[in-house]
Amino acid sequence: MIRESRVSSIDWLSLSIYIILMLLGWVMIYSAVYDENHSSIFDMSQRYGKQLLWIILSLFLGAMILLIDAKFFNAFAYPIYILVMLLLVGVLLFGSTIAGSKSWFQIGGFAIQPAEFAKFATALALASYLGKLNRDLSLWKTRLTAFAIIGLPTLLILAQYDTGSALVFTVFILVLYREGMSGALMVIGGIAAVLFVITLYINQWYVIGGLGVLFAISLLMIRRNRSNISKMLALLAVGIAFVLSVDYAFENILEPHQRTRINVLLGMEKDLMGAGYNVNQSKIAIGSGGFTGKGFLQGTQTKYNFVPEQSTDFIFCTVGEEWGFIGTTVVILLYLLLLSRLIILAERQRSAFSRIYGYGIASVLFFHFAINIGMTIGLVPVIGIPLPFISYGGSSLWAFSIMFFVFLKQDANRLNIL
Amino acid sequence: MIKRNLSGRKAVILFIFSTIALIFIIKLFFLQVVDHSYKLSSQNNVLRYITQYPSRGKILDRQGKLLVYNEAAFDLLVIPQQVKAFDTNKFCQLLAIEKADFNARLSKARNYSRYRPSVFLEQISKEDYGYIAEKLYHFPGFYFQARTLRHYPQPIAAHVLGDVGEVNQRNIDQDPYYKSGDYFGKSGIERFYEKELRGSKGLKIVMVDVYNREKGSFQEGRYDTMPIAGKDLVLGLDADLQAYGEALMQNRTGSIVAIEPSSGEILSLITSPSFDPNLLVGRVRGQNYKALQQDSLKPLINRAISGSYPPGSTFKMINALTALNIGAINEHTEFTCQGKLSRPIKCTHDHKSPLALLEAMENSCNPYFWNTFRNILYSSKFKDHKEAYDYWFETMHKFGLGVAFNTDIPFELTGNIPSRAYFDKLYRGSWNALTVRSLSIGQGEILVTPLQLANLAVIIGNKGFYYKPHLLKSIVGDANLPETYIQKIETGVSSEHFEIVKQSMLDVFEGDHGTARYYKIEGILAGGKTGTVQNPHGDDHSMFIAFAPYDNPKIALAVVVENAGYGSAWAAPIATLMIERYLKGESNRPALEKRMIETSHNKAL
Repeated sequence: MIRESRVSSIDWLSLSIYIILMLLGWVMIYSAVYDENHSSIFDMSQRYGKQLLWIILSLFLGAMILLIDAKFFNAFAYPIYILVMLLLVGVLLFGSTIAGSKSWFQIGGFAIQPAEFAKFATALALASYLGKLNRDLSLWKTRLTAFAIIGLPTLLILAQYDTGSALVFTVFILVLYREGMSGALMVIGGIAAVLFVITLYINQWYVIGGLGVLFAISLLMIRRNRSNISKMLALLAVGIAFVLSVDYAFENILEPHQRTRINVLLGMEKDLMGAGYNVNQSKIAIGSGGFTGKGFLQGTQTKYNFVPEQSTDFIFCTVGEEWGFIGTTVVILLYLLLLSRLIILAERQRSAFSRIYGYGIASVLFFHFAINIGMTIGLVPVIGIPLPFISYGGSSLWAFSIMFFVFLKQDANRLNIL
Repeated sequence: MIKRNLSGRKAVILFIFSTIALIFIIKLFFLQVVDHSYKLSSQNNVLRYITQYPSRGKILDRQGKLLVYNEAAFDLLVIPQQVKAFDTNKFCQLLAIEKADFNARLSKARNYSRYRPSVFLEQISKEDYGYIAEKLYHFPGFYFQARTLRHYPQPIAAHVLGDVGEVNQRNIDQDPYYKSGDYFGKSGIERFYEKELRGSKGLKIVMVDVYNREKGSFQEGRYDTMPIAGKDLVLGLDADLQAYGEALMQNRTGSIVAIEPSSGEILSLITSPSFDPNLLVGRVRGQNYKALQQDSLKPLINRAISGSYPPGSTFKMINALTALNIGAINEHTEFTCQGKLSRPIKCTHDHKSPLALLEAMENSCNPYFWNTFRNILYSSKFKDHKEAYDYWFETMHKFGLGVAFNTDIPFELTGNIPSRAYFDKLYRGSWNALTVRSLSIGQGEILVTPLQLANLAVIIGNKGFYYKPHLLKSIVGDANLPETYIQKIETGVSSEHFEIVKQSMLDVFEGDHGTARYYKIEGILAGGKTGTVQNPHGDDHSMFIAFAPYDNPKIALAVVVENAGYGSAWAAPIATLMIERYLKGESNRPALEKRMIETSHNKAL
């Protein structure tokens, strides 16, 4: 039985949240960069005016996508992926540098960032690859191919010195996990992250000593046969090697500003006028909002530029300062609702492609959400990535909108798939 | 596709999403609802409390002549964050500072704050200001803030007026009115009348952005307050007399205090060596202060109130008055004098013997006053000589000796009148008139300040009463003077006894043997008394007290010239020139005037 995908089959809940978040963002941008001389929210010379334009264009793009045949995206996943990878190479050769990252194409007065679209392309390609019959993620061949699809844009974006955007691609590990890759990889990744932080906090030799103690306790707890002991020893060796390499990596591989950002986060650098300035001012902005906030346009921290990047990466400060705990909670719950809805939608797909793609965009949105908000409240190092649908910026809004609408189209079409 | 049950993994992923969201909400709850410190921080960021400094009150002399007023000066401020690259050499030249100094000042400002203004160079005169301001647009981040500085049109009365300087931490702790960088009166009138002179600061609250650009007033200025200007003071000081006295004393060490006997207003309070009060203003203050501190002549000491001298012969009059008052002697009591052979105190003058009070005073006869003093201590009015001593001691206090007046002259010393307890301790209880005989002629332990000496002249001129000497004449806008300034103080000695002493002071000028007979002032009858004070550290101090006109004195004064020898040689002519200047406005003894101004008694000069 074949049914036409119709307007009625679109998931109105997620579409509503999407539109609410965009409009919220528009109002927040207005408040963040409010200027008495340009008090109209429609003033096209100001960021809020432009953002409205981006929103309208996004909705227009969304409508176009809904009109395209749902099969198109699976069929053209690889060409789109290859095209975006070429753009990423192109930006390295011909791009302009903005804020230290060589990741922009400057066309007239507009700047477009291919990295934003790489997330979409990678999600498509990964879904297309894993969605084929008989893909088994317990096989190394499948794993390596999937890693390659994810790794290529990551490396290209790293080469643009845009570490923040590159980090986003690590979130695809969630997709791989859902599709059957061993959960141990995620757990090991988690443990590695914890060890990394602990090693930066305290002397590495103490950490190694701690590992030794853990090893000794484990020996007492488990059955002491040869195979178990040798496995434990191997784990211990890997742990020690990791701890030793962290220090080296931290000092030699990370850029100085990245080291500083991690140090600030860990509280090991207290220079509030220097590197810690951004996070401190951001926390002051959010913290001073109180329970109900200072009210619309009353945020002094953001309006008077104490918070940097207040319309892009630090837009959440305006939410916190002007709408208080109520506002921040509402925004977080809206995101949680959208993410959960996307997972539920993904799970109800009949085609593996649609499901994997759905997980892909949910994961990317989650990563942006977690890192961006975590950064403004001082839980995560300062990594300059936007808050989806809310932060000012055409490239990111369009990229997220395309991702979102492509999935919406797949979902609307799900019953047409046998 | 291999069938495996992976639906549990959906739950894991949803769990991760929810956990992160929950962590954020909990963190935000603490950040926004529990912790209130961020609210303060955001106000600190955006609100600037700009102090509106009131103008400090002016100080005028008794004729309405300006002694101190305010002049505009400018602090150069810097906001390091706004400083762009510029030609530092040119900048240093403009401000006339060294490159190293420039670097130190800028890094000090940076250390304070990159975003808030701090003082880069303080107290630039208005002349320099005009020149620098013209070129300041080359140097973004620097700007001027207006301030006021004290200015003294005449370089006189430095010690009376006192100086104004920056508050230190202790002042701030004592009075929360002061904030770091504020100015307050450190000495003299500036210190004593600080509360009247300073007025009250105003406050303007403005909102600023991160670049410290003003964004308008906070809540339409609802919390702003206007500064209230300080009150002007009128002093009893006569600027012309003060300047004249300082000129007379410029080459010697000592002091002159002149008082209006009918009110206690101080007409001049001169200490020498002195300095130009303009030296202690502005940027050069610290450097000049240090130089003055190191000067071997100690110009920072106000000798008029903190110089303590044995009063010498001038004190004999007080002993005579005390004796007359209790009948220990009368006008006709005679004592013999054996000149240099007199015991226990010899006489240095040649005169007839025996002699009565007026003759004794004319000749400053030591044996006469020793006998007078002995008669006081052994008067039948008292149980014993110690009780008599107590009476004498109290009488000295009534004459303003041994105590401070505690009016409006900070750091005033009390001089010294030794108490009975002091001698009891010194001589283990066993002493008599002979033991303390030096007191009879104003030597020994007795010390008086020139201010107290001048007040003695007031008391004698007034025949028995005085008003506490004070500097203030009135506070503009305040009707009342402090009670203690207008309270008439009686010495308790009857005025008829004073008549005799006063007569003896007239003879100093008019008598055939008067010690100041050569310095008679044409057309004015005056009373005076010389003192030559033995100084164990060097040459004798020359001392003279006087009042004039004789019948209704308008001026009473004391002159002390250190190490100048006989009172009649220096202190007396200076005193008469002062009287003449005050009462007649000029002197017709130009030769004397010239000699007094030009002769020096400063060995160091």
